[in-house]
This record gives sequence, structure tokens and C-alpha cells, in this order.
Amino acid sequence: MIEGILVEGLLYGIMALGVFITFRILDFPDLSVDGTFPLGAAIMGISVVNGVPLMLALFIAFSGGLAAGAVTATIHNKLKVPNLLAGILTMTMLWSINIRILGNRANLPLLRQRTILSAFTEMISGVVPYPWSVLLFFLVVGLTIKFLLDLFFRTDMGLTLGAMGDNEQMIVSQGVNPEIMKVIGVGLSNGLVALAGAFAAQYQGFADVNMGQGIVVAGLASVMIGEFLIRSNRIGLLTLRVLLGSIVYRGIMYLGRYYGYHINLTPNDLRLLTGLLIIASLAFSRYQNSRNESARLRRSIRAAAGPPGGGRP
Amino acid sequence: MIRLEGVSKTFHPGTVNEVVALRPIDLTVREGDFITIIGSNGAGKSTLFNLVAGTFPASSGSIRINDVDVTRAPEHIRAKYIGRIFQDPLLGTAGSMALEDNMLVCYRKGIKGLRISLNRKLRAFFRTQLEDLQMGLEHRMKDNVRLLSGGQRQALTLLMMVLSRPELIMLDEHTAALDPKNAALVLDLTRRYIEEYRLTSMMITHNMQQAIAYGNRLLMMDKGEIILDVEGDEKRSLTVDGLVERFHAIRHRDLESDEARLT
Repeated sequence: MIEGILVEGLLYGIMALGVFITFRILDFPDLSVDGTFPLGAAIMGISVVNGVPLMLALFIAFSGGLAAGAVTATIHNKLKVPNLLAGILTMTMLWSINIRILGNRANLPLLRQRTILSAFTEMISGVVPYPWSVLLFFLVVGLTIKFLLDLFFRTDMGLTLGAMGDNEQMIVSQGVNPEIMKVIGVGLSNGLVALAGAFAAQYQGFADVNMGQGIVVAGLASVMIGEFLIRSNRIGLLTLRVLLGSIVYRGIMYLGRYYGYHINLTPNDLRLLTGLLIIASLAFSRYQNSRNESARLRRSIRAAAGPPGGGRP
Repeated sequence: MIRLEGVSKTFHPGTVNEVVALRPIDLTVREGDFITIIGSNGAGKSTLFNLVAGTFPASSGSIRINDVDVTRAPEHIRAKYIGRIFQDPLLGTAGSMALEDNMLVCYRKGIKGLRISLNRKLRAFFRTQLEDLQMGLEHRMKDNVRLLSGGQRQALTLLMMVLSRPELIMLDEHTAALDPKNAALVLDLTRRYIEEYRLTSMMITHNMQQAIAYGNRLLMMDKGEIILDVEGDEKRSLTVDGLVERFHAIRHRDLESDEARLT
């Protein structure tokens, strides 16, 4: 049970890192994620079946997501459409494209195919037994991606991306074309999501065109839960809390799936649960902000009205 | 170094909302000029800045920077020559990022690569620059900029703009949103940087006293036109009263001609 939660948390945590980049760093709410997750799975699946070298397949999956993200950003840049609509357009188009990639079918089983995951677990099966070897695999993959991402956001380009999400005028004034930065940022985000999809296909043993449905909301829920766990402005902690948030989110979903029947919850209710979770975190952070605001106001009024001698009432 | 020829701007042309924000104007800014610009609301001062910076395209005319025609160049291309500060202190910095990260993004113009430039040496350089502001910011380099006061943020914006050594700096009432003490501080800093680095500058202000005290050249704008352009000794001998008088003299003539046209 616990290893299942951790594995899923880390696996979908890679996707949540992608969602974190667009929603939190770029301030570009991107819904193409629902299409790029199965895109990565489809590319990985069809490559595995056709005997493409596995690492190359992973690279193609990442590039596919990158390209899809670039399409979303370009629609937004050139046609001046709101980013939400641009994402929905890409997501919708990807559904058809994913079916084409899978060879005109909606589902592709990968059982008893050699994947990166199965190769890894076989290789270390003598040292680490089965469910834990899967956990070790996703721990290595998840942390590697996290550290690479931390590194990227410390580079000049990464910092500029962060500044753009905060204040677009500032980077325009610095002679940086925001359109190019959006293509890079949204592309990177969707590349990560496709990568997560590629690993999900290996983990679940199939690639399905519908496996991306609602994934962006799950990612957002993970990001928001993470924000309650750690408060910081250091990128290393920001990405860490996304992974932790994803694990907590999967834990909540697990509880809903296995113990929910006590309160008449079925697996079909999990999306409702996810939505309510997001609404609750939104409401809570709003409440917290207003409380901080009024506390600050009270402090400043007291400071202004206080006797100049500093005596306490 | 900057040459505007017949530059004008009309918003929503051909509709009922048509607004002529700037009538065709010619203006040459020479290297080393420090121009102060005054004028009432709606005179076209900010429109002039936006046209030079490329926030929106001109309706007519041509704009050249260093003999390069930039009339059609987008804002981020022209930004390589121009440093600009807005009235709102929030527009010049990224509040949710650390002070040192803000400085890194701004200290060199243009698209950034995958290098990690923010090393110990650069931090030390940033620290000495911040010490120069005498606001104690050198101890807060890892703090988010949001935690700074408006005056500190505007001073930081000024410092960051100077770091990239722009050829022209444009200050759009950059002290108007600050309290008098901070405004004086930032203004003092502005003058110091302009003199120290011999920056070509344009500064919009509402304050006539300021417009007279600073710079070597003064423009007065009204209803989308430059109605007065004085420099050198003539500028030095200006007084607030004299300025008001001249403004009335010119406006009076304008009104007459308008009335003549109407009858």
C-alpha cells in the first residue's frame, strides 16, 4: 500500500512539476497537459511494441510533449487567444493525434514487453525485491528530474522565465522577447508531462488515449497541497514540495479508493473529491491571506496610534 | 542619437472614439542630453515615451535610434538601447523573486542562455552596487523584492537599469508614487547616476520646479504638441513664474487660432 502511494506520487509528481511550471512560475494556466500526458504514453507504447531503443523512445516522447507545448504557446502568441483556449485547442487536437500514434486504436497493451522499468527491476531483482525496486526506480527518476529542473531555474534563462511569470513588462524592458520565453516554458512543462505519461504507460502496462483525462486538475491539486506543506522562495524547496504534494494527493485518493465504500464512495467519485480538494485549498489560502492582511492593518494602525514614548497600554 | 520625424499617434482612428494623442512632432535627442518634460494630463508625454519605447506603433512618421530605423521594431528589440522606469514601483521588479535574482535578470540586456552566471564574484559585485544605495539592501539579497518598500524598490529599479548601461533612459514620473523623503532620495540618485555614467535621459515630471532644476533641456507639451523646447542658458534662466507666463502666452495664441477657425 505505502509503496503504491509513493510510486504513484513520484510518477504523477513528474507531471505535477510540469503543471507547476506553467501555473505557478509562468502564470500561464495550460490545459494541453490533458493531451500531452497520453501523447507521451502513446509514443512510448508504440515505440516499445516496435522495438525502438527505449532511451530513444523516452527522448521522442519528451520531444513530442515539447512540440505540443510549443504549439499551445504559439497559438497564444500569434493569434492573441487567451492561454486557456490555446491549451484546450491543443488538447482536443492531440486526442485525434494520439489515436493515430497508437495505430488507429484507443488502447495499446504493453504486457510482457521489455520497458525501461521492467529492465531496471529485473536488473536489481537480486538486491531489491519487486515492489520496492519499482519505488527505487521512480525515486531515482523523480529526484533526477527535480534536480535538473532546480539547475535549470538557476540559470540565466530559468531566472528570466521566473521573472516573466511575475512581471512580463520587466523582461520586455530587458530586451527579451516574451513570446520565445513562453514557447520555451510551456514546451518544457509539456515535455515533462509527456515524460510522466511515458513512464505511466510502462508502470500500468498499457497506453490509453483517455489516460490524460482530468490529469491537469490532479496536478494542480498536488501543487496546491504542496504549498501548504512548505513555505519558501527557494527553487529547490518549491520543486520538492510539488513532489511531496503529489504523494499526499495520491495518499488521499488511495484512501478514497479503498476505504471510501464505508461512506458509499465509489472510484467514480474521486474526481469530485479532487475538485472539492482544490476548492477547499483555494478557500483556505484566501482565508489565510485575508487574515494576514487584517493583522498587518491592525499592526500598522496600532503603530500609528501608539504613544510616541512607546509605552504599552 | 534619437530622431523623431513627423511622429504622431491616433487611437481608434476612424471610429467615434478617435483620440489624437500626439500630433506629428519632430524631435532630436542628442547624446548626453538630459531632457525634462512637463505638461498637463493628456498632453501626450507618456504617449511620446510609449512611441519611442515601442509599446505601441506610431500612426505616422519615423523613429531612428543611432541612425537605425526602429519605427517598426517591437518593444523588446528597442529595449536593448533603452532603460525605462515607470511611475508604479511594482513594474520594474519581480516581487516574488529574490533581490539578487532580479539583479541578474537585469544586469545584461537580451535573451539569456543556459549559463549559471550568479556566482560569488557577481554577488560581490551586486553587493557593492547595493551598498552604494545606502539603504541596507546589501543584507537582504536573498529576500523577495515584495518585502521592500516602494522607495527601495524604485531605487533598486534605477540601479538595475543603470547596470545594463542603456543608451537612453526614460523616466516616467518615477518618483510621483513615493513619499516626499523617498522621492527626494530617488531623484538624487537619478541625478548622480546620470552624471556619473553620462546617460542620455528624458524625464517626465509634474513638478515645474524639478523640471527647471534638473537637466539641460526642457520640453513643454500640451494637447499632443511640443509647445516649448528650451536649453542651455535660456533653460538655466527659467523660473516657475516665467514658465507659467510663457505657457499662457503660447496657449493664448493657440486658442485664438482655434476660435478663428471656428468662426
